[in-house]
Amino acid sequence: MIKGKFIDNLPKIYGIYTGGFLVFIILMSIAEQAGMSKELIGIFFVSFTVLIYALIGWLSRTLQSDAYYVAGRQVPTVFNGMATAADWMSGASFVAMAGGIYFKGYGYMALLVGWTGGYVLVAALLAPYLRKFGCYTVPDFIGTRYGGNLARFCAVLVLTLASFTYVTAQINATGRIASVALDIPFNIAVYVGLASILMCSMLGGMRAVTWTQVAQYIVLIIAYLLPVFWISSNIGAGFFPHFMLADEVARIAELEGQFGFVKNSAADMATVPKGLAQITKAHSEVNATPWAFISLAICMMAGTASLPHVMMRYFTTPSVRTARRSVGWSLFFIFLLYSSAPMLATLSKISLMDPNLATGIIGKSIAEVQALDWYQNWNQAKLMFVSDFNGNGTLELNEFFMKGDAVVLATPEIAGLPYVISGLVAAGGMAAAMSTADGLVLAISNALSHDIYYKIINPKAETAKRLIVARILLVLIGFAGATIAALEINDILGSVIWAFDFAMSGLFFPLVLGVWWKRANAAGAVAGMLLGLGSGTAYLVWVKWYAGAGFLGITTNTFGLVGATVSLVAMIVVSLITEAPDSATQKMVDDVRVPSGKTILGKQ
Amino acid sequence: MSKQEQHWEKTRGLLFITLAIWFVFSIGIFLFGAEMQESSIKPFGYPLTYWFTCQGSLAIFVILIFWFAGRQEKIDDEFGFTEREGDQ
Repeated sequence: MIKGKFIDNLPKIYGIYTGGFLVFIILMSIAEQAGMSKELIGIFFVSFTVLIYALIGWLSRTLQSDAYYVAGRQVPTVFNGMATAADWMSGASFVAMAGGIYFKGYGYMALLVGWTGGYVLVAALLAPYLRKFGCYTVPDFIGTRYGGNLARFCAVLVLTLASFTYVTAQINATGRIASVALDIPFNIAVYVGLASILMCSMLGGMRAVTWTQVAQYIVLIIAYLLPVFWISSNIGAGFFPHFMLADEVARIAELEGQFGFVKNSAADMATVPKGLAQITKAHSEVNATPWAFISLAICMMAGTASLPHVMMRYFTTPSVRTARRSVGWSLFFIFLLYSSAPMLATLSKISLMDPNLATGIIGKSIAEVQALDWYQNWNQAKLMFVSDFNGNGTLELNEFFMKGDAVVLATPEIAGLPYVISGLVAAGGMAAAMSTADGLVLAISNALSHDIYYKIINPKAETAKRLIVARILLVLIGFAGATIAALEINDILGSVIWAFDFAMSGLFFPLVLGVWWKRANAAGAVAGMLLGLGSGTAYLVWVKWYAGAGFLGITTNTFGLVGATVSLVAMIVVSLITEAPDSATQKMVDDVRVPSGKTILGKQ
Repeated sequence: MSKQEQHWEKTRGLLFITLAIWFVFSIGIFLFGAEMQESSIKPFGYPLTYWFTCQGSLAIFVILIFWFAGRQEKIDDEFGFTEREGDQ
């Protein structure tokens, strides 16, 4: 089959794929000039890309457990970097992050620092060692390192809770994009999104997910960068926005001073659709306390190093050395998008606010704005709203409302780019959310099928049976995720932040100390996982639903600090008052620390 | 001290250096966010704290990981612990 040859030809294959995608974009823009409708362009972009992913998923189908669980451990460094970047950058990074920065400014830029800084921890503390271990899943490491089914079970519990919280947000994002692009109701679109996700992962497991994720990365990075560069040169800000937007940042500050941040009355706010926000925070001012910024960054960094769907990507590299380098490549590819998010927020805001630009709407008459084509579309989708609160007939800064999740998707239209770019951005958002959802659904179903079913319930199960169980679980988890996503409990960014806090509460210290502290034992790890997860969750519930005051300025976004601290203390205390691990376990830890030699678990 | 212990000693030393640099650019400098923002140092014209959150810290993390990987490979080579073909 394609296998050996396929791996050797990767640069060529993905080069052709990228070229083909660019040709597709050009064809669509020609079609737009020729009068193709917006609806059709959106449908073409989303369905064409999703069909390509499904095709890759089908071509990568497999019946071998090594291919299904770890892509045969032969994914080259740079490609694993791209796959990890797509796996990592979710609907939250692509669709919601720039919006968060747009509305909250500096306070939310902690996400940029946290979601990149965490990779230093991954590279230095965990990835190479877990690769040497040779496990299939993260609970596989916990279960073997500490010994005993209880530790394994606790790890699966934390993994499932964190990943499931995360995946509902991703299915929510695919649903939102599919509903806008395909023009169908949200609660149906959610299942369309789910079907696309399952097509990519079901037949080929990790192997299929790896090769679709590389394809998805290429789509999402083109979709994110193209509008940023285009808008920047369109408004004369410079051809390379990252180095040239200083004047625009200063201009926004000037305009903010001019317009002022007016607080709307409660009666006025009652007329605004739920979930929409106005700009109330200065764009580039340091408007959060050091602790608010740092605590959020710490949680996102520790969460990064504990989330299983990222960690398991480094199980697929050929060696320990390549696992380490692959972390660097992952962060490089993530950096390309993350360093552009604040630029996108800046360009979007200046296009909207600056009266000297043709696209500026603040200060124009309300009737004029309401007549804008793009405003009507986004207003109809309940993602944008204007109202003349002070009755002077012109639009003020405090009279314009938008949903944070809509900023990236709506910016090309606001900035007056052709609609083909909006279609491209929708396809990119879809790729980002799908790739992460794939990784997460697979992480959960692999943990349940490998660690619960195979290792605990039925150790004699044959490979074929295990892989059938894995696939059934995959579908069930996907449906459960879609059902909860349709309820819309939290917004995309909020749910994702929670997932990081859950993962950090329960898994960060048991993973790190498993490699770096030989004395850590099973009782300590179990205490660390359960008490960490329990206390973190309790804090969240207390503050969120019982109006608790909280302490030390820890919010519902940073409850992982409580969980992880309790987890660390519990793990050390319980480990020290119980027996040290036996010499076989200590020897195992020694072996993990040396890159050469056989993997601990050998061939499974 | 056995070869393996020496290897781990060096590995741990590298970890501490890496984490120290990481700490400075992910946490340390943001203790002084407000002060740095007023600084007259403006990379590419951006206010300093704003630039670090957008690009500076992020780029430093990328470089740091590659530097760390290179150093760790050197340590592994020194003790003959580099993987060979067929190890896995």
